[in-house]
Amino acid sequence: MKSDKITELYFSDVDKPINYDRREFLKKLGGGIIVIFSLGELALLQGWSQNDTEGMVDFNAFLRVKEDGRVDCYTGKIEMGQGVITSLAQALSEELEIPISFVDMIMGDTDLCPYDAGTWGSLTTRFADPVLRAAAAEAREILIDLAAQKLGVPSEMLEAVNGTVVIKNDRSQKVSYAELTKGKKIIQSLQKKPKIKRSKDFDIVGKPVISLDAKDKVTGRAKYSGDIKLPGMVYATLVRPPAYGSKKIHIDASGLDEFEGAEMVEDGNLIAVVHPDPEVANRAAKKLNVTWEEPETKADNETIFEYFEKNITQSRVFEEGGSLNDGKEASKTLTEANYHDGYKAHASIETHTATCYFENDKLIMWASTQTPFGTREELAKTFGMPLEKVHIKQIFLGGGFGGKIYNRQAVEAAKIAKAIGRPVQLAWSRREEFMYDMFRPAALIKATSGVDNNGKLKLWNFDIYCAGTRGTKLFYEIPNNQTRIFNDRDIHPFGTGAWRAPGNNSTTFARESHIEATANAAGIDALEFRFNNMKDQNMSATLKLAAETFGWDRKKPKGHGYGIALGADAGTLVAIIAEVHVDKTTGIVQPIRVVCAQDMGQVVNPHGAKVQTEGGITMGLGYALYEDIEFDWGKVKSRNFKNYKIARFSNTPKIECVFIDKMDSMPQGGGEPAIVCIGGAIANAVFDACGARVNRMPVTPERILEALQNK
Amino acid sequence: MKQIISFKLNNQDVTVNVVGYESLLTVLRAYLDQTGTKYGCGIGDCGACTVLIDKEPVRSCMISAEDIEGKEILTIEGLASNGSLNPVQKAFVAHDALQCGYCTPGMIMNAYGLLLSNPEPSREKIISEMEENLCRCGSYNRIVDAIQTAAKEMKEKV
Repeated sequence: MKSDKITELYFSDVDKPINYDRREFLKKLGGGIIVIFSLGELALLQGWSQNDTEGMVDFNAFLRVKEDGRVDCYTGKIEMGQGVITSLAQALSEELEIPISFVDMIMGDTDLCPYDAGTWGSLTTRFADPVLRAAAAEAREILIDLAAQKLGVPSEMLEAVNGTVVIKNDRSQKVSYAELTKGKKIIQSLQKKPKIKRSKDFDIVGKPVISLDAKDKVTGRAKYSGDIKLPGMVYATLVRPPAYGSKKIHIDASGLDEFEGAEMVEDGNLIAVVHPDPEVANRAAKKLNVTWEEPETKADNETIFEYFEKNITQSRVFEEGGSLNDGKEASKTLTEANYHDGYKAHASIETHTATCYFENDKLIMWASTQTPFGTREELAKTFGMPLEKVHIKQIFLGGGFGGKIYNRQAVEAAKIAKAIGRPVQLAWSRREEFMYDMFRPAALIKATSGVDNNGKLKLWNFDIYCAGTRGTKLFYEIPNNQTRIFNDRDIHPFGTGAWRAPGNNSTTFARESHIEATANAAGIDALEFRFNNMKDQNMSATLKLAAETFGWDRKKPKGHGYGIALGADAGTLVAIIAEVHVDKTTGIVQPIRVVCAQDMGQVVNPHGAKVQTEGGITMGLGYALYEDIEFDWGKVKSRNFKNYKIARFSNTPKIECVFIDKMDSMPQGGGEPAIVCIGGAIANAVFDACGARVNRMPVTPERILEALQNK
Repeated sequence: MKQIISFKLNNQDVTVNVVGYESLLTVLRAYLDQTGTKYGCGIGDCGACTVLIDKEPVRSCMISAEDIEGKEILTIEGLASNGSLNPVQKAFVAHDALQCGYCTPGMIMNAYGLLLSNPEPSREKIISEMEENLCRCGSYNRIVDAIQTAAKEMKEKV
């Protein structure tokens, strides 16, 4: 088995093999053409060679061409609004030469779909897409071979078009896929790299297509985890402490007596009340009198940054070059600043939800999870069950953004279901959602830069606390540089985790604010300064496209400002230029316009990429201008949309997205990159508009007014 | 203490036996299996639960069951007629004005209610009337475009 580019891509986002036999599944599948890949044969590939693959013969089906000509497409990815239900179907229908309306997407079902580590990291288009295309191309070749036999002509004389195989020179001679698959069951293993189409031959990929799930979503037919109703199901309400990390001391359950049918479930710190009536469960839960031992307070949202500095003393060098001393010597102007960013919530409109039941020795669940296979594993471990006895079923998610990678609600729901022996639905309240979210960590970044008298950067010292190093590799040319990361995962008062391009949002804000502050200190235009100090030519090209689209030299209306931010994430380069208006008397910022240029490699789905970019930019305005989790250690104070403000209709600017056309390169990430640049672009635009340099996100009116006063 | 409550849901007479303080949202989702209307916050902040009561957009999480006696309620499930999407639904699809789709029923119902009482709203009016409906995925601009398209179509039909 030769290792080649496409097969390497299969496993880049999978870090462990599946360890049970799915031959039973293949037996149960009806007739048709099933394209699979066999793990055993591909075990020698990168990332797999160290694993023990002995005795592991497992098959994962990608697609099945059915006897009615329709195609089932199986993927372990889930759909949470990022549009892969459509883009994957497009890729499949392109290679298989069928109308997209013939495709049925089966997603995230752990019994039916190939293993997937999780829908995160903007990986689907880069990695799942090529695999599906290869499977579809393989199926196409099988169909052509079958047609060759049926029509009595060599395969070279045939071509697949629109769900049929036709003789190229006599198109009246044809046979449909449905006819070819009737009565057959062909299981083909993907053993060699089939010919997949080049971009110039695309018919469907690259063209805007109505999203496959749109009709169901506008009619209320689309199902989310809380829409599943099971006979005998009860609703669970959890009893939570006033502060994260509290220990249960004592429960006085006498208050439950007035609620007929209400039952309490206790399992360590998990306390729940169930009832067939969701609101009765809620009211009953409120009547439980629980004594909690709260953790001692160590910091709040003002003192958290000094808390980081004082308590995280170990660091690791991420990148370095030259010598910091040489850099200082070579610099005429030094600029030093500290940047702060608060904790951010995911705030998906659908809260963490799970509906489940135990049946004999199986656990069946619908859960709002970005990692159905991870959820399955966690549940199997929790209950000491074999993996194949836990079945996570296909369902839509109402937003994820990295917050639904963690499956606390799934474990809670299952524990309750096991305890009471009935199906359970658990939907976190919005209040709970704002405490048990795995927040984007707060961050402190300390930056020092130096420029010589030619406007060239000579020094860059960047110390990052808690935000990680994603996207921080320098694309500017700075001979003397050091980037260090100070981190301690346990330093935070509550759970923290991934959040749409995680810490790259905080570090890009810091870097790009600092670049402009540096340019400003040297008296150089922000755009020119970046071009003159750029190392990465692709980034230059992306910035050029942004500036041309934006019209950098356009005259600014009074009170308006322009700000630039550059970033890199998931293999994609981003240049954003934002225009805002600042009211100097109130400090209120009105976003006017955002231009986003991206080098995303091959843009498989320009329409989808645009929607994701617009969405990311809009979501990003929230963290840049409004969002901040207020807390006193474990006591989270921001518990609803009144006190945690996200972007709204009136804050959303005009957004223009442009892409550098690299149609024959590899595709890069689409769901996350654009959001990283919003913080920096807004902060820089605010400075340009009114002279207020705010080095802390969210860039609030109070902070702007304070900066204006201190000018 | 349960009580019998009768009202019209999507043009059909309905009777439920519920506790009076339960919200309309719970009645729809838990008692009547109409799960198109969503729970986003339960305290009237996000608009995901928006329905029309006597043609007015209302947050169903904030309405008690006992207050809907005799009312005419329209939910997302009642918009399409004979399998045809209504102009607002059609426009949302055409403009790709949704991503995860969770806020979508509330957005559509609020928009439909707006257009029923104000058939030719300006872009500013649309924004101010939709302002209290939240979308985390960031489809706001496309939603406004969709509502403008729907307004045109609804005007032509009249």
